[in-house]
Amino acid sequence: MNANNLLQGAIYIAVFLACVKPLGAYMAEIYEGRVPRPVRWLLPLERGLYRLCGVDPAEEMSWQNYAVAKLLFNAAGLFALYALQRLQHLLPLNPMKMAAVSPDSSFNTAVSFATNTNWQGYGGETTMSYLTQMLGLTVQNFVSAAGGMAVMAALIRGFVRRQSATVGNFWTDMIRGVVYILLPLSAVLAVILVSQGVVQTLKPYAAASVIEIAQDSRGKPMAGQTIALGPAASQISIKQLGTNGGGFFNANSAHPFENPTPLSNFLEMESLVLIAAALCFTFGKMVGDVRQGWALLAAMTLIFVPMLWLCVASEQKGNPAFDALGVDQRPTIEQPGGNMEGKETRLGIASSAIWATATTSVSNGSVNSMHDSFTPLGGLVPMALMQLSEVVYGGVGSGLYGMLLYAVVAVFLAGLMVGRTPEYLGKKIESFEMKMASIGILVSPACALLGTAVAVACAAGRAGVSNPGPHGFSEILYAFSSGANNNGSAFAGLNANTPFYNVTIGLAMFFGRYWIAVPVLAMAGSLARKKFVPESSGTLPTHTPLFIVFLVGIVVMVGALTFFPALALGPIAEHLLMIGKGA
Amino acid sequence: MDWRQALIAIRSIAALSLLTGLVYPLAVTGIARVLFPRQADGTLIEQDGKVVGSALIGQRFSAPCYFWGRPSATTPPYNAGSSSGSNLGPTNPDLLKAVAERAKALRQADPGHRAPVPVDLVTASGSGLDPEISLAAARYQAARVASARGLKIGEVMEVVARHTRGRFLGVLGEPGVNVLELNLDLDRRKPGGTR
Repeated sequence: MNANNLLQGAIYIAVFLACVKPLGAYMAEIYEGRVPRPVRWLLPLERGLYRLCGVDPAEEMSWQNYAVAKLLFNAAGLFALYALQRLQHLLPLNPMKMAAVSPDSSFNTAVSFATNTNWQGYGGETTMSYLTQMLGLTVQNFVSAAGGMAVMAALIRGFVRRQSATVGNFWTDMIRGVVYILLPLSAVLAVILVSQGVVQTLKPYAAASVIEIAQDSRGKPMAGQTIALGPAASQISIKQLGTNGGGFFNANSAHPFENPTPLSNFLEMESLVLIAAALCFTFGKMVGDVRQGWALLAAMTLIFVPMLWLCVASEQKGNPAFDALGVDQRPTIEQPGGNMEGKETRLGIASSAIWATATTSVSNGSVNSMHDSFTPLGGLVPMALMQLSEVVYGGVGSGLYGMLLYAVVAVFLAGLMVGRTPEYLGKKIESFEMKMASIGILVSPACALLGTAVAVACAAGRAGVSNPGPHGFSEILYAFSSGANNNGSAFAGLNANTPFYNVTIGLAMFFGRYWIAVPVLAMAGSLARKKFVPESSGTLPTHTPLFIVFLVGIVVMVGALTFFPALALGPIAEHLLMIGKGA
Repeated sequence: MDWRQALIAIRSIAALSLLTGLVYPLAVTGIARVLFPRQADGTLIEQDGKVVGSALIGQRFSAPCYFWGRPSATTPPYNAGSSSGSNLGPTNPDLLKAVAERAKALRQADPGHRAPVPVDLVTASGSGLDPEISLAAARYQAARVASARGLKIGEVMEVVARHTRGRFLGVLGEPGVNVLELNLDLDRRKPGGTR
């Protein structure tokens, strides 16, 4: 840790927290059905989409209909994306003549992008045509994010409405999310990113004649460098804003064309947390008590800050084994020092470690450095944050509804302690809500741990491992934690583009998304039907520091009890081995 | 099965694909073409009418008269058509072997130089295409480049300074030296003669 690391971390947190209130208030307007004046000009677009899609914006849906609409929409998107990949060789905008993607990889990628995970078994610039990137992947970046936010809006309505049979309209929630929130922000960010050097073109890859001519393995001179291009900026902006994370290029935001400067890095890093954090304020505003939103945001930030500290400090400390090799890892005014394997010069330690912490807190999953090459404790941070079920900011929508599940559990446990029927935001929490919350909380750890266990037990699973020892186990654990929690980042040494991993991680992503979203909608429907219970002297206030700390305790405890044994076999064992050798 | 909702689902994915998958990226492409044409096409560098690289994409250098960039884990190194990092874990023996070999190659190219090697010169970048090295890594190589070109170290460091980018607002990110632009500049001033 040095002064600049601290300053970069502090600026990062301060800037997104400063955006929470204005953006959160704006989003509350949108989900309450109003159109703020500055975006009135988009009204014809919204109405036009309703006409094109056959949506009746006045229609109200029960939670079951809401869930069915969401699942049907995801199914249609999944099918379209699968077909596009399988047929891309026959379609236009394929200047590099990419072949059809294999069936298992197409399935994995379709599930991955439709569930807002954006796990990538493939390398973008060697696999996907420009048309697939635009018409397939970019589209899912938008609609999977808007779908998550829609479920969030429905759950909020569950708290707000009294004795109501409906929770809103999926189609209007989803379309309004795209038109008024995601599309304007992405367009602005995309143009700024191009100014920094992010490519945005339909031209074929560039051919350059390099300065120093190298020889290939057979001694033949190789004069050329093929430089991959494409319509990248328009996809990168939404991949960050929508907590998607799927890179246009294989190296994701470590690639200089995806993230060329410290400024582009800062903007991409802020935008990955922006909407997820601001939704806390949206929530508070919509339930009529902004303190409730700030309390959840505070709980998230209380977990985020120490994890950020641990990641930056571990990476800055570097690799003890390098010292014996005459390598200088000290931070000076002329170099960042630290563990630079897998990191870019322009980003160094602080910007890489902040990103790693943020992208896994937020269920984004884009990377600007290779997590597989992090120090053991530096790599433990992103893994553990995913295993906390992505509720520290979390995915847009999904993070907050995940945190609300924990809040429901927290008031329930607090109620047990004092022997009162628990209530949250004026709604009684009863056995149905508790069942739904428990399912929602337990699904992703179950998928992560069972998936890891199956992969470790199968030869096909072990075959994908690229690093020896406990680190190899970490690669598998990371992969399933990432898939089940819809993060999408990887310890990328794992060779996951095999039928085994494409199918198993595909299933983990699928269950990790829908087996949480559907119980959340069920809870929304049940809450909406209930009467409002006025606050009394026995009501547990849920905006106080006491409740915030209690909530943090529950989240950390559930995560630690579930994952500590697995973490001990992976990163913790590796850390002990590493420092043991250095001593 | 709710057929009306299913039909809306199909029409929605079609309409939103059109909007976010064609209209939006093409509009951004058009705006980029007008406002930032050079960046949109990859910030390519032309010399004598032909493209010699991109200012944002590194190239492999191994001659003593050139500054060397970050080690690259792509095959072949600096393959700008297939980016990737090494993904070697911190305790992987292959990583330690690679680092030791790179340090040895640097010392062999400049036998008198005893200082420890800056870490970014012996560790692979995340993309395999990092266009930059740290200032410490440039200073480490300055003596070798100067003697190979018959220049003074001070003269070489002056050129280095010309291609050094600071932190954004003095705080964010890390400073870096653009290796390709630096080497092209050196060639223009005083060719090293190993083309």
